[in-house]
Amino acid sequence: MNRKSLFYTAIAIASSAIAIASGALVLAGYFFTQKANGQTSLLTQIRLTLLNWAIILAGFAIFIGIFSMLQVHFKKIQGKQKGSVYSLLLVISLAATFLFGLIKPGQVEIVFTTFQLPVESSLMALLTITLTYASIRLLRRRLNLLSIIFLVTALLILLGTAPLPFVGDLPGFSDWVRPFIAQVMAAAGARGILLGVALGTLTTGLRILFGADRPYGGNR
Amino acid sequence: MIIWLGLAGFGVVFFSAAMMVVFLLLQRKAPSVFRDIPALTRLRQAVGLVVEDGSRLHISLGHGAITTPQSASALAGLALLRRLADLTSAGDQPPIATSGDGTLAILSQDALQAAAKFSDRAAFDPTTGRLTGLTPFSYAAGAIPAIRDENVSANLLMGNFGVEVALLTDAVERENAFVLAGSDNLTAQAVIYACAQEPLIGEEIYAAGAYVESGPLHAASLIVQDILRWLIITVILVGALLALAGVL
Repeated sequence: MNRKSLFYTAIAIASSAIAIASGALVLAGYFFTQKANGQTSLLTQIRLTLLNWAIILAGFAIFIGIFSMLQVHFKKIQGKQKGSVYSLLLVISLAATFLFGLIKPGQVEIVFTTFQLPVESSLMALLTITLTYASIRLLRRRLNLLSIIFLVTALLILLGTAPLPFVGDLPGFSDWVRPFIAQVMAAAGARGILLGVALGTLTTGLRILFGADRPYGGNR
Repeated sequence: MIIWLGLAGFGVVFFSAAMMVVFLLLQRKAPSVFRDIPALTRLRQAVGLVVEDGSRLHISLGHGAITTPQSASALAGLALLRRLADLTSAGDQPPIATSGDGTLAILSQDALQAAAKFSDRAAFDPTTGRLTGLTPFSYAAGAIPAIRDENVSANLLMGNFGVEVALLTDAVERENAFVLAGSDNLTAQAVIYACAQEPLIGEEIYAAGAYVESGPLHAASLIVQDILRWLIITVILVGALLALAGVL
């Protein structure tokens, strides 16, 4: 083993040790929040300190991520790739927002309410059409009982939610069918799925604590 | 009361960890056989196709921040990214990873760099792991060009998404590419069921690692998940019966 690979191995071991120890301390801090006399435990204080460090690091990560995004778009502009006009627009918008933030730091939210919010609302509106079209295609893609139940449920919920012109709420659908589906059947299903997700989250966390999944340090 | 709740939570985690170790040891004697999840079977075929036709694999990790509980699905996606980057290392082009969080973008770069280091591929390109936007819709809008313009034939959407995931699946459909999608978010799961070719529902997203042979601990964790699920079912049924009987 040469010196370089020895260095990388040492880095991998150190990063794994730090990550596992930090994870174990944060986890323990969640469970043992109080001492017997009611005071905040040392583990909780350590947990809060580590989480504060993580939040600061996440802030820097956003900064690095934006540089990475700029790198991607500069590469597109330089290579005159497809859609490079949009990349140019993104770079100009980013620079303009940054300058506006420097000049008028208290009013930077104007940029978001004037530009970002309407654009995102338009995308949301576009989504309505996308979802309607996807629902129509669902039966072509997967013609089975579950897909039929899915579509019938969606239709029943829509009939119970949207009042019809001149008729208003549909009797039976608005006051019985929709609440029954949403509050009994869908709620039961959702709880089942959420329990599954919680179990998956638990085992994913444990795999990271064991060092089997290492989304840091890169090496195996 | 808080102390007892904490102890109970610690007990569940410790019990799960102990079972994982036990099943890890048992795995070495007799590997487990899992139920067939069609989406994950087709993923393997799609990954094989990516290598054969020289196209790209795209993994979208969502926008769950690493300091929130929503990061677990993205961490599962990152583990899968690393494994799939290894599997596609014989291909012409490295995979690309898009995310809506700065930390996830850095972690995806790290996973791709590690995979590039272990393969004989030329220098690592840091733009293969990228941040595409910081709000859900800007993230989706930024990821669409990656799906459309970078010779991608297989897409994996695994992480914390909202309804905006429909925009991504729609972009994939327009390219006639493969898409497998899963999320920890309930609304996104409903959207994914309607829009994606291959949806992963519930905890299936966390099982993906075991199905692409990421390691024996993945398989052990899947068995533990099954055991815990049966325990919860038993507790709910017993609780309901006791409530019916008027004991609780």
